[in-house]
Amino acid sequence: MSDRTIDRVAQATPERVARKIRGLSDRAIAWIFISPTIFLLLAINIFPLIWTIQLSFTNYKANRIGREVKDVGLRNYERILTDSDTWLNMQATAHFLFWTIFFQVLIGFTLAWLINKKFKGNDLWTTIIVLPMMLSPAVVGNFWKFLYQPQIGLFNYIVSWFTGKDPSSFEMLGSVTLAPWAIVIVDTWMWTPFVMLICLAGLRSIPDYIYEAAEIDRASKLRQFFTITIPMVLPFLMLAVLFRGIENFKMFDLVVQLTGGGPGSVTELTSINLKREAFEKWRTGYASAYAIILFVTVFGLASIYVKALNKVKQR
Amino acid sequence: MTYTKLASTSAIVLAATTLSTKANAEDLTLCWAAWDPANALVELSKEFEAESGHTMNFEFVPWPNFADRMLNELNSGGKLCDLLIGDSQWIGGGAENGHYVQLNEFFDAEGISMDDFAPATVYAYSTWPKGTPNYYALPAMGDANGWFYRKDWFENPEIQAAYKEATGQDLREPQSQKELLQIAQFFQGREIDGKTVYGAAIFTERGSEGITMGVTGALYPWGFKYENTPGSYDMEGAVNSPEAVEALEFYKEFYKTATPPGYTNSYMGESLDAFKSGQVAMAMNWFAFFPGLYADPNTGGDKIDFFVNPPQNQAGSTLGGQGISVVSYSDKQDAALEYIKWFAQPEVQAKWWELGGYSAHNSVLEDPGFVDSQPFAGDFLEAMGGVQDFWQEPAYAELLLAMQKRIHDYVVADQGTAQEALDLLIEDWTEVFEDEGKL
Repeated sequence: MSDRTIDRVAQATPERVARKIRGLSDRAIAWIFISPTIFLLLAINIFPLIWTIQLSFTNYKANRIGREVKDVGLRNYERILTDSDTWLNMQATAHFLFWTIFFQVLIGFTLAWLINKKFKGNDLWTTIIVLPMMLSPAVVGNFWKFLYQPQIGLFNYIVSWFTGKDPSSFEMLGSVTLAPWAIVIVDTWMWTPFVMLICLAGLRSIPDYIYEAAEIDRASKLRQFFTITIPMVLPFLMLAVLFRGIENFKMFDLVVQLTGGGPGSVTELTSINLKREAFEKWRTGYASAYAIILFVTVFGLASIYVKALNKVKQR
Repeated sequence: MTYTKLASTSAIVLAATTLSTKANAEDLTLCWAAWDPANALVELSKEFEAESGHTMNFEFVPWPNFADRMLNELNSGGKLCDLLIGDSQWIGGGAENGHYVQLNEFFDAEGISMDDFAPATVYAYSTWPKGTPNYYALPAMGDANGWFYRKDWFENPEIQAAYKEATGQDLREPQSQKELLQIAQFFQGREIDGKTVYGAAIFTERGSEGITMGVTGALYPWGFKYENTPGSYDMEGAVNSPEAVEALEFYKEFYKTATPPGYTNSYMGESLDAFKSGQVAMAMNWFAFFPGLYADPNTGGDKIDFFVNPPQNQAGSTLGGQGISVVSYSDKQDAALEYIKWFAQPEVQAKWWELGGYSAHNSVLEDPGFVDSQPFAGDFLEAMGGVQDFWQEPAYAELLLAMQKRIHDYVVADQGTAQEALDLLIEDWTEVFEDEGKL
């Protein structure tokens, strides 16, 4: 008797089942195997998406079950796109997105470059630096809320030590001009280590012989950095930007904990506004249209970005 | 009958009675906000458990999440709560969306009369449509937004002299909104016992209902109205009247000149913390917290006193408080109704007040000893005489969130003018009422 795995599996298959699948093509068997996954995808991704699109053309409210649902055509879309508050939310999101990514890439890459230099305590520093991203956003939000407290917060005291200003003379979370920066600082503190780790992986993937060859050719350190390090780490960096961009576009928990969208609406990111529309005001149809607009925006931007990423990789 | 037969018969009867009681006993769940009066209700309900054989369970949710949690529960037809002490503004939605059981027949059958309760509380907590004899709740907890202050500071001769010198007036409980601001500004940044203190803690919270509940404490005394004619949804000239604009500007000035630094997103908890930590001279909050404040070993007792929200053009306080309703999705409605019947009894209501709950029953409120029973009892009665509530429409959440945004944008975030904020609020509310088919 053969001892091959395939034979053992064949022998273990009950005769009734074996009879049924005997004669099936490889393609049919492949479909049988992937059908549960396809079914799950349809049930939890595609169906809700189609349903959301359908709801976005109605005045449906999930908390008013008995209420007549009317087809309102493109009215929800029109309302959202002509509402000046929507554009203020978009601006707040864009500000948050741009500056968090900018600082995280800048600081993350610098840290990775420093950590990549062999020095004593290298591993310990890496562990310390990655600690913030291991914390829950709710914890980080509360923790920084205390740090930003104008009367007892450490952050204000540190700033006052450097600037000589009275610690309680400025409010990081209460000021219209400072609050958008306050949330950028916290997100940067929390997620820079993630960018650093990805950059570190990129830096460590560059073979030493390339630098050795450059040394032989008498290329300066600066030249090596711009012609070897940056181009070879770029795909990794772009991947980090993609991850952080998608994550921060849907940022909710951290900012809700810190400012709740305030003061006024200056830190009300689109995800916070969407949650308010959908689950506080219960304007389900309107919120569905809002979600579709956001989905198209993210999907469109991400597609363009991924194409650019692939081009960089092919270089 | 022999002794043996008698004993056997007694044992069988006893066993049957016990089994029958067990068979009817239910596990009831009462849902409410997590705050001081909820603890008093747990204590009070022990008597109901002893009398009825039912077991009471409680689901208390912190205030900032209370509306979200409970409205989601109701909207999804959840069976978590058999009884719900829901906010007064939910009554419209509770009735129209079929979340609450209508109680008229039950009240008639059990002889429970709404005339036995304070009219303002029946109107606000029980009726829908407003003022009609259609009852969806029994008034459970009367409440209004009031004030408390550091009596020891107000009575300090040095501080009194400084106030007199600064304003030419005597330091006393404020008799008007403007005097309230003047006193708060006097205390702002003052050194007392070697510590910098501030004027007052007011509501500025953005996420749920905080700043709306705070600003209406100024709007109502100035004469703010939601509609020109009740029921007409005609808001132009009422919501943005010159008085309303002045009141809103007043609230902003109060926030800017008389509150502690960083007080940009504060509600009940922050107000209590600011007062108990000796940070502020005065604070606004719901009467429900007053028994706990009075009992506080550090800032209660002789150091604290209370006053009703001061009038300006008229008397006016923001209504709080809730009614108790039976949730229509509950499988234990009979036992839940039994609880309401028990709770409506005058002696239970008297004990409710004694334990720290605010009864709305006339037998308690009209008792000759009521005013002197607690240092804040008289203020509570006065406040309940001049309360006004927010919209109680089924779309109240949309109306509330629109106001939260417009007021916070103006008061805290310095965007636009008071007139613009109220004009935009009318636009938002008009859109909501148009969607509702009421305009």
